Amino acid sequence: MTPPVLATRGLTAAYGDAQALFGIDVEIAEGETVAIIGSNGAGKSTFLRAVTGFLPAPPEAVRFRGAPIGGQPPHRIAAAGIALVPEGRRLFPSLSVEENLLLGAYTGRPGPWTLAGVYALFPPLAERRAAPAPTLSGGLQQMAAIGRALMANPTLLLCDEISLGLAPLVIRDLYDALARVTRDGLTVAVVEQDVATARRVSQRLYCFQSGRISLAGRSSELTPDEIARAYFGLDR
Amino acid sequence: MIGWVDALLQGLLLGGLYALFALGLSLMFGVMRLVNIAHGDLIILASFAGYALAAGAGTGPWLALLALGPLAFAAGYALQRGVLNRTLGRDILPPLLVTFGLSIVVQNLLLEVFSADSRSIPGGGIETASLPLAPGLALGWLPLLILATALGATAGLEWCFGRTALGRALRATADDRDTAGLMGIDARHVYALATGLALVLVAVAGVFHGLRTTIAPTDGPAQLLYAFEAVVIGGLGSFWGTLAGGLILGVAQSVGFRLDPGWGLLVGHGVFLVVLVARPTGLFARTR
Amino acid sequence: MAAAPRAPGFAVERATRASRAGAVGAAVLVPGLAALPLWGDASQMRLFTEFACYLVLAQTWNLLAGYGGLVSVGQQAYVGLGGYALVVLANHTPLDPFLCVPIAGLVAAAAAVPTSLVVFRLHGGYFAIGTWVVAEVYRLLIANVSALGGGSGTSLTAMQGIPRAVREPVTFWIALALAVGSLALVYGLLRSRHGLALTAVRDSEVASESQGIDVRRTKLGVYLVAAFGAGLAGALYFLSILRISPDAAFGVSWTAFVIFIVVIGGIGTIEGPIVGTVLFFVLRELFGNLATWYLMALGLLAIVVMVAAPNGLWGFVAERWDVRLFPVQRRIRLAPGDPAP
Repeated sequence: MTPPVLATRGLTAAYGDAQALFGIDVEIAEGETVAIIGSNGAGKSTFLRAVTGFLPAPPEAVRFRGAPIGGQPPHRIAAAGIALVPEGRRLFPSLSVEENLLLGAYTGRPGPWTLAGVYALFPPLAERRAAPAPTLSGGLQQMAAIGRALMANPTLLLCDEISLGLAPLVIRDLYDALARVTRDGLTVAVVEQDVATARRVSQRLYCFQSGRISLAGRSSELTPDEIARAYFGLDR
Repeated sequence: MIGWVDALLQGLLLGGLYALFALGLSLMFGVMRLVNIAHGDLIILASFAGYALAAGAGTGPWLALLALGPLAFAAGYALQRGVLNRTLGRDILPPLLVTFGLSIVVQNLLLEVFSADSRSIPGGGIETASLPLAPGLALGWLPLLILATALGATAGLEWCFGRTALGRALRATADDRDTAGLMGIDARHVYALATGLALVLVAVAGVFHGLRTTIAPTDGPAQLLYAFEAVVIGGLGSFWGTLAGGLILGVAQSVGFRLDPGWGLLVGHGVFLVVLVARPTGLFARTR
Repeated sequence: MAAAPRAPGFAVERATRASRAGAVGAAVLVPGLAALPLWGDASQMRLFTEFACYLVLAQTWNLLAGYGGLVSVGQQAYVGLGGYALVVLANHTPLDPFLCVPIAGLVAAAAAVPTSLVVFRLHGGYFAIGTWVVAEVYRLLIANVSALGGGSGTSLTAMQGIPRAVREPVTFWIALALAVGSLALVYGLLRSRHGLALTAVRDSEVASESQGIDVRRTKLGVYLVAAFGAGLAGALYFLSILRISPDAAFGVSWTAFVIFIVVIGGIGTIEGPIVGTVLFFVLRELFGNLATWYLMALGLLAIVVMVAAPNGLWGFVAERWDVRLFPVQRRIRLAPGDPAP
């Protein structure tokens, strides 16, 4: 039985004296798409930051394909095969679109994703390949950020709030592209503000509330009422 | 009339050396916003190292240069990784004060080892060889070589930053160190590579400087000021701008010396101040 | 329904036990020092005068860098301008030479106004080197003026008519006044709302602007105070040694020593420069004749301190044992018997 791609056990995190996560247990199996929902400040981005090495953690608290990676620096975790599409896109402003994509392949991990493949997935990017990254619209920037993460040929793709600030049509296009990506077996976790979208695109979801998991289950089986109660912490 | 043409040409040649001084400073600031106050002293350190090898060990200047290159890279890598990386952060004081301390250490170390006497790297004739253009107008081969090296170094840096994977990594890390980490880039290593490269430029500049003129252990600060002025005149974000800044400074000083020997440096400083007041971002700044 | 809880009583206070003890100590120390001309000799008075110069320079440099966030490697510009202003005013005007000291300070501050227009176009490390360039410009300009003695300098002839028995004590008392005055000025400034503004600007310029603090004016103000202090220090120094030259007046070693003093003593505190200046003079007495090795050791010490203990000697002590002789922060003390909020 293969170990889950990502498994966190009792993961805690704090910003100085302020504790943000109080023991998170999350499991993501190979090929799954998992959604993480919760209100602002619930700890979703903190969770991603702890997994990708920006916050200290004991080695055993985060296991990637069975191996403990907690507390390792971000560049090592990236080289191991976790790619993050960060909140706010964070494209490199001095680099063009194509240079941003090429940089995604810095770790040189082998795999199916190439520049051509990313342009095939997001045709509008190909037209703007030489443009400086900051000149792109929000939707195109998000495509570029996702493409950049794919160029790393990751085993696990993490997406932090990719729908933020985008029009519904654009969001739909992005998740359609993501669906094509996951069809080939890539494991994905999406942090998503919009609950309906989160339920639609994932097999399982976790709901964060004040640094704890208030609900976990199969997306299709959880009722809107259950989710609402967990989202707003009405059961506390 | 020919005197002014000569001043202009000599100024351009001098500017080539200033550009070589300035490229390393510009590189370190561009990648990690670090201003190395010991920059000038490291140039002089390289000059003396070149002297020790060329004159003391009898290797001659070109072999000395070849040997110093890799040494300088290793020293720069170690300096950044071991000391300077620990000072980088939100506060601007630590890197400034640490490099200031380094400046004092280097100057006094040189004084201890070499005494305060000035000396020069023996070049076996190239220091005086010249290319006559017209009566009263001759271009020295060494200054020409220096200018050519400056042009080559500038082109090389532009190519590295604009067209190579390392250059992309350097620019990305300069933009956003954390997100660069997400790409698998270890900023500590990348910063150290940048400093290593900068010190290679410093070594080349130092040996040329020692060939061209006499050197003394306390000359460092003056070279830092010229390098700095070249960078500011040229503008941030562009190596060609730094080259242009160096050339402009060289011409200003040269013309100033022609006007009156006591005013040479002042004219250079004056041009710097005028550019700073009129165009604070520099003459050829590339917006980042 | 339960009664609304009473707001806990508290008092905002500044003085600490250590600062009260320090105030008592100073009340004894200062008059004792003032009597030095009676119980000490000329070399001790000269040493203290030099000590005062570095203390004033260090305090104002610390104000600029540690509190204002402006690292200047060019304060020697104002040391030199203050020195030359003193010599020119004393030699060529009927003004009493001792009175020229504060005036020289004002001249330096006046020169800082146009200078700031230029150097404030730079930031961070480039600001630091820019101030150095400016100091060099002043040095070159003055070295080119033969009326001021050109490159070899000139003497303070105005003091020739004053007997040593008067000159030495008065110089010393001016030094004492400047030392105490600079501490009082910096302390008073930091306790005022200007001090709060300065700390705010140091922490975040953007946030300060949004709170209504005029960042540009705050920075200019602290730059002028620092120039004034440096001018006073320069005037006092050359009043004491009676001879000035461009290299002595505008040498970067002024800033080098002051940086060591402030870094090793403790940047961003008022006690730090005092500790640092004392340490600097002690080390100089013990090892100064080792010249280059001594300076190398100072440089290495500064590097080590900056990397390992960025708050310097005093910062280390203050953090460890929570001692503050010059308390600038306001603390909240809960009234006894009230529950903590």
